[in-house]
Amino acid sequence: MQEAAQVVERTRARRLKEVHPRLEPDEKQELLRKFHPDYRPDAQREIKVGPNAGHRMPVELVDVLESPARIDPQTFDVSHADREVDVLVIGGGGGGSAAALVAHAAGAKVLQVTKLRLGDANTMMAQGGIQAADKPKDSPMLHYLDVVGGGGYVNKPDLVRALVSDAPRVIRWLEELGAMFNKAPDGTMETIHGGGTCRMRMHFARDYTGAEIMRTLRDEVRNQGIEYIEFSPAVELLLDEGGACGGAVLYNMETGQFMVVKAKATILATGGFGRLHVSGFETTNHYGATADGLVMAYRAGVNLVFLDATQFHPTGVAFPEQIVGQLVTEKVRGLGAQLTNVKGDQFVYPLETRDAVSSAIIRECQERGLGFTTITGRQGVWLDSPMIDVIGGKGTVEKQLPAMFRQYARFDINMAEEPILIFPTLHYQNGGIEINDSGETGIPGLFAAGEVSGGVHGRNRLMGNSLLDILVFGRRAGAAAAERAAKTPVPGALSLKHAERYNQELGAAGLKSDRSSPILLPDYTRKAGQE
Amino acid sequence: MAGTETARERPMTLIDALERKRQAPPAGAPQDVVTEAGVQPRSVAINIMGKRYLVPEGLTILKAMEYAGYSFVRGCGCRGGFCGACATVYRIPGDYRLKVGLACQTVVEDGMYLAQIPFYPANKAVYDISQMKPTLGSLLTHYPEMARCLGCNTCTKVCPQDLKVMEFMAAAMRGDIARAAEMSFDCLMCGLCASRCPAETVQYNIAILCRRLYGRHIAPAAKHLADRLAELETGSFDEELDKLTKLGRDEIKKLYDARDIEKEAD
Repeated sequence: MQEAAQVVERTRARRLKEVHPRLEPDEKQELLRKFHPDYRPDAQREIKVGPNAGHRMPVELVDVLESPARIDPQTFDVSHADREVDVLVIGGGGGGSAAALVAHAAGAKVLQVTKLRLGDANTMMAQGGIQAADKPKDSPMLHYLDVVGGGGYVNKPDLVRALVSDAPRVIRWLEELGAMFNKAPDGTMETIHGGGTCRMRMHFARDYTGAEIMRTLRDEVRNQGIEYIEFSPAVELLLDEGGACGGAVLYNMETGQFMVVKAKATILATGGFGRLHVSGFETTNHYGATADGLVMAYRAGVNLVFLDATQFHPTGVAFPEQIVGQLVTEKVRGLGAQLTNVKGDQFVYPLETRDAVSSAIIRECQERGLGFTTITGRQGVWLDSPMIDVIGGKGTVEKQLPAMFRQYARFDINMAEEPILIFPTLHYQNGGIEINDSGETGIPGLFAAGEVSGGVHGRNRLMGNSLLDILVFGRRAGAAAAERAAKTPVPGALSLKHAERYNQELGAAGLKSDRSSPILLPDYTRKAGQE
Repeated sequence: MAGTETARERPMTLIDALERKRQAPPAGAPQDVVTEAGVQPRSVAINIMGKRYLVPEGLTILKAMEYAGYSFVRGCGCRGGFCGACATVYRIPGDYRLKVGLACQTVVEDGMYLAQIPFYPANKAVYDISQMKPTLGSLLTHYPEMARCLGCNTCTKVCPQDLKVMEFMAAAMRGDIARAAEMSFDCLMCGLCASRCPAETVQYNIAILCRRLYGRHIAPAAKHLADRLAELETGSFDEELDKLTKLGRDEIKKLYDARDIEKEAD
């Protein structure tokens, strides 16, 4: 392996002067069609029941959507509410916390519930940055074009518009909360490029950007005295007689008890599906990313969009084995590191959109046979991280990428001096619950924000737009939910009839499942290979 | 750079050696031998909260525990070294010293005794960051116990991020909020420092207060951001954004393909 890495070192001086040509639009389409995992014949299948019957989605997702409820909707008693609140926020990540803070500030009585601890979420793991067009050379219009071009021109225009015009407001909100962005001494934000950006608008906090945002929001949720309950995920939504959402059933994972919460407005901020290991890929996602929100909303009759487009992050760890699949932030390429094959040659412009770079890496390994194979049989290509110190001066890696540097140093690899081996990893659910620009779903009283929702990113999200997404739509959903709560009476009789109907649909379609959903946590017991 | 283990250890002194000998387990104690080693050559024995399991070598503590049959509810979060949910205390046979690590980032060692600290009842002050001043007085008002630091440096020794915890606490106690914020920036708030602190200080909560004070009151606000907000509030972009949202695919694609890409500044 060291010998192979030396090839990368030997070609570095030559490559420093080279810029690999960008893909032409047709070339990119061809590359995606041939090598993106979404296009594998066995990756997706049509779902047989529910509002999206006939649509193709990843088989792992269809499996959980076609499973019956965890609780028996015929016998489970929801007539007595254990709690009554204005706004129920389901999810303890950045989107949920932003929603809770804004709804609370608007005067609503908020209850936030989460499956793990407050802050144990993908937000905490986001490293690279957050986009906002707040510099003179940039504009919300250019940001808009980047989002839509990166997303394949199918993004929902009203959502993109909300995203780009709220972006500077979100950065200002974070600045006021005291989040520590990298800044010049005069306060100017340091910004760099991300894949698919035409302006340097990636704001960051070292490579702990998401962690910095999450711990700041969490601290503020605690300061505001917002009530939150940990290890108590929602397992089913509750609808009233008029079909509006009136709360949810929670499940205390430690005691096994259920709790019925009645709410005038409910916000789903449950994140994505990485832990379903779509197409058998390793994932960068946190432990609880099991598509719970999609399952609950779908059963209640909500439409899902763009779930046939899955994001594989081009640079997941391929070595060492202990951390396989974990994220190597796109900021590594943003700071100048190139991708090379075993011959030390570049094969793709490093900052193409993620779908294209991932496909190019898969092509390099699987079609051209120019990947490196580790002793455990994993394939990967080189990410020439030492280039960062060559370009930015010695110490740049350690200063700009402390999390990455530390991650490798724990396994005795110095990424400032040695190139690292990477391969695409399951990263993001591009699609999700259909929402409008206030975060409203098709069901009155039910809102969604962040990765659980879909439309804003079209078929492919750009780096730095997920932290932005959760905050823009978390805040919008929080405000809209509080507004609804202020003018809506306490919901009347609530029921699980929708889940009962869904179970009947499953039966009528001949679908029998030995499991129920949401699955809440993946099962890794006795599976040593899984990340 | 060596792994966190060796990086944290100081050279063994004579007293250490004597202490180690004194603390060495008696012959025949379970931590002494791995009898099955010959049967499963690639296995190591670990002791999870006192119970012994054979697991394949090379796994992280987290995966080893799952291999042994544990399914986590607490003690497992991001699985990527960012959330601090899996802070673990462990000991290796023949060494009296307690070591620490994140279960998702630390590889099992033969004979390891381990226990997780999935929850720590830490003191967290409640404050309005906008109304505070970035001074020592603000810190002491909310966390008077920070002055009780004994200078034992245990917090630094147990930090799985290798942060110089005692030093940033010392900076905080000098009222150097900027330095405390900077030095504590990579903190995961896992709680290990507080769990071992004889002065019962919660270093990580004081550190986040320092960072928020710095971000809000010491770092200058970004002027370009304020300017852009003013433009947004007056609706400067509304017309052009409206136009964009109404364009068809071909028109917007033309605009996208024609974008000029900003060059990196030298």
